[in-house]
Amino acid sequence: MTTSYNLKMLRVNLTANTVKTEVLDEALAKKFIGGRGLGTKILYDEGIAKVEPLSPENKIIFINGPLTGTNVPTGGRYMVVTKSPLTGMIASSNSGGVWGARLKYAGYDAIIVEGKSKTPVYLSIKDDKVEILPAEDIWGKETLKVEEILKEKHGKEASVLNIGPAGEQMFELACIMNEGDRAAGRSGVGAVMGSKLLKAIVVSATRTLIEPNDKEKLREVVTGALTKIRENGVTGTGLPTYGTAVLVNIVNNIGSFPTRNWQESYFAEADKTGGESLKEKYLVKQGYCHRCPIGCGRIVNLDGKIVGGPEYEPIWAYGANCNIDDLHAITLANFWCNELGLDAISTPTTIAAAMELYQKGYITEADCGGVPLVWGSAEAIVEWTKHMGYGDNKLGRLMASGSWRLCSHYGVPEFSMSVKKQEMPAYDARGIQGIGITYATSNRGGCHVRGYMISPEVLGLPEPLDRFSTEGKATWTKIFQDLTAVIDSCGMCLFTSFAIGAPEYAGMLNAATGTTYDVAGVLEAGERIYNLERLFNKEAGMVAADDTLPKRLLEEPIPDGPSKGEVSKLNVTLPQYYEVRGWKDAFPTDETLERLGLK
Amino acid sequence: MIEIRLFATLRENREKILYYEAEGLLTAADILHRLTIPSADVAILLINGIHAKPADAVKDYDIIALFPPVGGG
Repeated sequence: MTTSYNLKMLRVNLTANTVKTEVLDEALAKKFIGGRGLGTKILYDEGIAKVEPLSPENKIIFINGPLTGTNVPTGGRYMVVTKSPLTGMIASSNSGGVWGARLKYAGYDAIIVEGKSKTPVYLSIKDDKVEILPAEDIWGKETLKVEEILKEKHGKEASVLNIGPAGEQMFELACIMNEGDRAAGRSGVGAVMGSKLLKAIVVSATRTLIEPNDKEKLREVVTGALTKIRENGVTGTGLPTYGTAVLVNIVNNIGSFPTRNWQESYFAEADKTGGESLKEKYLVKQGYCHRCPIGCGRIVNLDGKIVGGPEYEPIWAYGANCNIDDLHAITLANFWCNELGLDAISTPTTIAAAMELYQKGYITEADCGGVPLVWGSAEAIVEWTKHMGYGDNKLGRLMASGSWRLCSHYGVPEFSMSVKKQEMPAYDARGIQGIGITYATSNRGGCHVRGYMISPEVLGLPEPLDRFSTEGKATWTKIFQDLTAVIDSCGMCLFTSFAIGAPEYAGMLNAATGTTYDVAGVLEAGERIYNLERLFNKEAGMVAADDTLPKRLLEEPIPDGPSKGEVSKLNVTLPQYYEVRGWKDAFPTDETLERLGLK
Repeated sequence: MIEIRLFATLRENREKILYYEAEGLLTAADILHRLTIPSADVAILLINGIHAKPADAVKDYDIIALFPPVGGG
């Protein structure tokens, strides 16, 4: 039976310097879909939950979904799954661009990298030819330069994924970059590559499309999905015209736009940094990932250089959260995140934490080497991003380990706006109750894209929910989390979910792979994945108390603006959430595991 | 005075911020009518930062924010 899985994986052992091809079990693949789900399953079964994240015993998996490389809209994404050095728990960080599709075309669903090389290396894949090659000449170089050198060597059509100096130095905030400005950004996945002395993976392929199980059926479902995506106001007009940063003004106007490290939640100058301003002053053209009909990416002119522009998250984190209204400085600092291979959410939010430490006297001017960490300093956000990426001074290296380690060093971990040691993104959970459940229970730590409750609570999609209310939020969060696990596992972009839902995802999976998921079945597959991640975390040492929010969100009311006086009511929503999940004390009960086929 | 903030495509051929005398404006729908913005084009309507509907009442010193369908993450 034809299926869109290759049913083939590469296992690369960098200690033994070997590459093997393995068969991917089709039934297992279908049960965990692919990407985030299947990657976690492989990692869990191979006992990775208990290993040290930066030791040779950790494994890092680059894995496609069954829809990656097919003709579905946005079907080009890949996932990096490993044990996170930032959180000590599961990491699954996904990225767009073309790299994932090219790996699929080369013939592989996944690459499992294990061990540690003696010297810096990179992996070269061209269809059946897979080589581990020396990387001394590119070690130490910034990501765009690495891509340029490897494309010169392997051809313009090759796709390059690589780490920057931050990953090489195993900083907990290191990410993985591909195609210039696309990032597997979160949870320190770049540090794991660095720990193995693996600088890059270059992929070329002869094939240009994956044959699905049922071509006619897939064409029918894809046509319907494309129509919905093009006609939807968000995916058809809003995101293409203004990019993700159009959210700046919305979230600020509801007074839930964290400002000065979440000490406030309204930034008077926010409009200067919004998607409208970015379009007016810097936008050159839209950026598209593989087979994307949306084009939310921003290609901008930065002092004459055409580069990837900042998304909503870094605009907020370098902007309001550091008290900055200078979009040029934000764009430049974001560029340095990409060049040095740093998480563009956690890096600026850690700078914001450092600014609060400076404000309150924990970090002194003498510690700052000439660039004080003062609120609103454009010079500080750019220079400290460079210090964090290059690791060229003591404080920069400490900051590159993330805000939790930074603030703990000064004895005030409560200034770290993080969950499970990973920094939270650009929505204040005090003014938006549902997103607080997502943050607190996200298996990879502080994160919005593991159950994007902003959609109903702020954008009114698929239906409006009162953002201040706790009612029904636990159930909504669970459904969003489960559906997101499906989307992340099948190889599509989460933004499609503004326009399409579970029926379309199930339809595309079935037509591509030959599965027979209905809506309930596909959501249950997502639930299985979410529970498996939780099992991984339990084995990694997670405890119930880790499902929480920073004290500031639970106890310090928003001081001013439209959400004035609000705190997160997690004490109400968390027990409700555990009940709808079938969990006790933060972990699945035996009955739940039995029901999901995880026993 | 009522402050009206326009965003994204609703800014095209209009000001970013306008101020209307409150007299004669009873609801948000009255403001949309004066701006010649069809209510179907407004996906998010905020009155003083709180989600509202066109039929909701407005008064002096209110801040009205209007957005077309937008999203991100």
